[in-house]
Amino acid sequence: MATRQTQSLAKLMRAPAIILLLIWMIVPLGMTLYYSFLNYNLLNPASTSWAGFFNYKYFYTDPAFWESIWNTLVLVLGVLLITVVGGILIAILIDKPIFGQGIVRILVISPFFVMPPVAALIWKNMIMHPSYGVFADIAKFFGMQPVDWFAQYPLFSIILIVAWQWLPFATLILLTALQSLDGEQMEAAEMDGAPALQRFIYLTLPHMARAITVVVLIQTIFLLGVYAEILVTTNGGPGNASTNLTYLIYRAARLNFDIGGAAAGGIIAVVLANIVAFFLMRAVGKNLD
Amino acid sequence: MARAVSRNTRIGWTIAAWFVALLIFFPILYAIITSFKTEQEAIAGFDLIPSFTLESYREVQSQFNYFRPFMNSVVIALGSTVLALIVAVPAAWAMAFSPTKRTKDILMWMLSTKMMPAVAVLVPIYLIFLKTGLMDTRIGLVLVLMLMNLPIVVWMLYTYFREIPGEILEAARMDGATLGQEIVHVLTPMAVPGIASTLLLNVILAWNESFWTIQLTTTNAAPLSAFIASFSSPQGLFWAKLSAASVMAIAPILIMGWFSQKQLVRGLTFGAVK
Amino acid sequence: MGSITLKNVRKAFGDVEVIPGVDLNINEGEFVVFVGPSGCGKSTLLRLIAGLEDVTSGTIEIDGSDVTDAGPAKRGLAMVFQSYALYPHMSVKKNIAFPLKMAKMPEAEQEKRVAHAAKILNLDSYLERKPGQLSGGQRQRVAIGRAIVREPAAFLFDEPLSNLDAALRVNMRVEISELHNNLKTTMIYVTHDQVEAMTMADKIVVLRAGHVEQVGSPMELYAKPANKFVAGFIGSPNMNFIEGEGAAKHGAHTIGVRPEHWSLSTSEGEFPGTVGVAEHLGSDTFLHIDLDNGTHVIARAEGEFAVHHGDRIFLTPQEGRIYKFGKDGLAA
Repeated sequence: MATRQTQSLAKLMRAPAIILLLIWMIVPLGMTLYYSFLNYNLLNPASTSWAGFFNYKYFYTDPAFWESIWNTLVLVLGVLLITVVGGILIAILIDKPIFGQGIVRILVISPFFVMPPVAALIWKNMIMHPSYGVFADIAKFFGMQPVDWFAQYPLFSIILIVAWQWLPFATLILLTALQSLDGEQMEAAEMDGAPALQRFIYLTLPHMARAITVVVLIQTIFLLGVYAEILVTTNGGPGNASTNLTYLIYRAARLNFDIGGAAAGGIIAVVLANIVAFFLMRAVGKNLD
Repeated sequence: MARAVSRNTRIGWTIAAWFVALLIFFPILYAIITSFKTEQEAIAGFDLIPSFTLESYREVQSQFNYFRPFMNSVVIALGSTVLALIVAVPAAWAMAFSPTKRTKDILMWMLSTKMMPAVAVLVPIYLIFLKTGLMDTRIGLVLVLMLMNLPIVVWMLYTYFREIPGEILEAARMDGATLGQEIVHVLTPMAVPGIASTLLLNVILAWNESFWTIQLTTTNAAPLSAFIASFSSPQGLFWAKLSAASVMAIAPILIMGWFSQKQLVRGLTFGAVK
Repeated sequence: MGSITLKNVRKAFGDVEVIPGVDLNINEGEFVVFVGPSGCGKSTLLRLIAGLEDVTSGTIEIDGSDVTDAGPAKRGLAMVFQSYALYPHMSVKKNIAFPLKMAKMPEAEQEKRVAHAAKILNLDSYLERKPGQLSGGQRQRVAIGRAIVREPAAFLFDEPLSNLDAALRVNMRVEISELHNNLKTTMIYVTHDQVEAMTMADKIVVLRAGHVEQVGSPMELYAKPANKFVAGFIGSPNMNFIEGEGAAKHGAHTIGVRPEHWSLSTSEGEFPGTVGVAEHLGSDTFLHIDLDNGTHVIARAEGEFAVHHGDRIFLTPQEGRIYKFGKDGLAA
C-alpha cells in the first residue's frame, strides 16, 4: 500500500499504542528519577526535602544493598545454569522417538503456567517443608535428618523453585530450535563419520546457539524481577540472605515507606536491566527482516 | 529424522523421558492429590492415594469466598488483554502493512519498555494509585497490566500480520474491494488465528502476574495471585485447602497453556524463535 | 474494449529509477508478453498498469480514457498473481465470486458466472473446497477463474506459472493460450521464461533495466533481433556469439549464430573445434563445442548425430542465418 492516503491512516492507527507506551515509560520513570533525589518518607511527608545524591550514597554504603546485588546475581546465574543445561538435555530427550511425546511435552511445560505464589507455596509446604515435605519424607525414609531448606539454604531454595518454573520455558524454546535442525545435515555428518558427541558439539550446539542466547536474555529480564517467590517463602530472610534487589526496593518502599530510597534503588535496577536489554535488543533486532 | 530405530532403544528413551517428565510435573500432581485429601491425611507423610474428598474445595469457597478473587482474575486478565488488543491491532496492522523507515525502530523501542523492571516504577505507580483512588480497584490493575503487556501484544500481532501475503491484499483491491471491505472480508478472517493466539498468551501472562497484583490490591480487587500469596502467613490455610485453592487457580491457565505451546515460544521470544 | 496505451511512463522508488520512461501500445485482444531477466522492471510495469503502484510521471490510458490516477478496482482489469493470492479462508466458489460480490452483483448472476467459469476451467467438482486442499495447478485455475468472472477489459498475469512443475507448466501454457483464443480479451503476461513468451505471445516486449529493448511478434524477434541482448534472450538454447577474427571475416564486430543454424561436418568447415558434452535426446542432438578460437558454442543437429566427447568437428553458419552486430551491440 504505497498511496499517501493509506500512509496517513497508518499513522493514525499507530498513534494510540505509541502514545500510551510513551506515557507509560516517561511519566513513572521521570517521577522515580525525581523522587530519588528527595528525602521523602510516607510516614513523615511534611519533612520532605531535597536530598541530592544522598539516597544513592546511602545505597552504596549499605551492606544490605551489596548483599542484595550479590543475591540477585547468584539467583539469576544459578537459575540460568540449571535451566539452560537442563533445558538442552530435556529437549534432546523429548526429541528422541519416544512413545507419548505429546503428553511428555505437556507434562514438562506445565510448571510454566503455574503462577509464582502457587509455585512457591507448593514447594514451600508440600515439597521442602522440614517436617511434612516430600524431601523430609525421603530423608526420613533413608534414616537421615530432614533439612530445613528455607532456614539453612534460603537462596538455594528460591533458585530451585524459580528454576522449576523456568525450566519448561527453556526446554520448549530449545526444543523448537532443535526440531528445526536439518535432518539431512545430521545424516551427512554421520556419513562423514562424526560420532554422536561430535555431532552434538559441532552441529547441534551451534544450531541452538541463537535459541540459547534468546533464552538467557529473556529469562534474565524476568529473573531480575523475581518477587512473589521470595515474598511467600522467606520474606527475604533470614537476615538479608535471600533478598534480591527487587525485594530490597519493595521493602524500602512498602515496609519502610522510604520513597526516596526506593526510587534510587529503582533507578539502579533500571540501569542493570538496561545493560541486559541492550544485548537482548541486538539479538532480537537481527531477526527483523 | 525419519528413520528406523530399534524398538528397545525407543522403549529406553521413552522410559527416561517419562521419568523426567513426571519428576518435573510432580509438584503439580502432588498438589492435585493433596487437594483431595483431608487435612489429617495431608500432613500424614508421603501418600499418593487420597481419600478423594471434596471437602477442601467446599471449605475454600465457604471460608474465603474463593469466587471473588477468581472473578477478579477473570475480569483483570480478560479486561487488560482485550484493551491491549484494541490498541495493538490497529498499530500492528499499520506497521505490518504500511511500514515506514522508522517502523523497526518503533518496534524495538516498544520492546525496550518491556525491559523496564516493574520495581523501578513501583514508587510512582503506588503513589499515583493512592492519590487517584485506583488502589485496590479492578480498573487500576486492568490499566497497569494492559500497559505492561502492550509491547508483547503489538509484537506478536505484528509477526502474525506480516505473514499475511501482501499479494492477497492487492488481489482484493484488484477485485474491487474498498479498504473497509478488504478489512472485513479478507484481512480479518486471515488475522483471526493470530489475534486469538495473542489473546490466549496474554491472558496467561496477565492471569499469572504477581508483582502488581500484590502491590496494588488488598481485598476487594485482589485476583488469585494476590489471594494465594496471602496464604504465606503462618495462620494461613491448611494444606489440603491451600492445594485446592491452588489447583483451582492454575487449572484454567494450565489447560489454556497446553493449547498454546507454539504461540508461547513465538510470543515470549518476540518472534526470535519460531 | 481492452486497448492500453502507456505514454512516457516513469517509475522511481525514492532515488532509484526502475522504469526510465516507457511508451507502449497494446491493441484490443492482443496477447502481450513482457519478458526479461529478473529485475528488469517487467513486474513493476505490470503493477503500474494494474494501478497497484503509482506512476512517478507519464500517463496510462485504457480504451482511450486516462486512468493514471484511478485506483486498481476502477480500471476494469483482472490480475492473476504469482502466488495466486487466493483467499485461504474462502471456498473456491467464494473466491471466484468475490469480485462479483464486491461489485454488488445479484446472487443469481453471480452463481451463473461462477458456474460458467468453473466449467471452462474444469473446477466444477472442487467448488466447495478451500484453496489449501487444492493442487498447484488447481489453485492456478481458481486464480484465473476469479479473473474471468469479472469480464475485465484485460487480464494481467504476473509470472503465473513459475510455481508449477515443468509438466504442469506446459499444460497451463496451452490452457491459457486456449483461453485467450476463446475469450479474445487483451492479456498482458509477465514472465522471465522466453519459451513462454515465444509460444504464447502475439506481441513480445523485451525489457532490460526498465528499458524496452524491442517490441514485436515472436517471429520478428527471432528473425530480426534489434540488438545482441534480444538476440541472446530469444531462442533456446541461446544464440552463440563469436567475436574477433571470425566475426571480422563477415564484416561485423560480433556475429551471432543460433544453435539450429550450424552446418555440422566431421571433415571440414569454417570453425574447427572439439566436441565436449554431447546431449543425445533422440529427436535432436545438442553438442557443446570448444572452438579452436577459444569460444564455447552450442550446436543443434536434428535427430541422431554420432559424435562423442573429444571428437573433432567443423561448424559452418548456414547461408543467410548469420546475425551481425556492431561494437555497440546493435544489429548491423
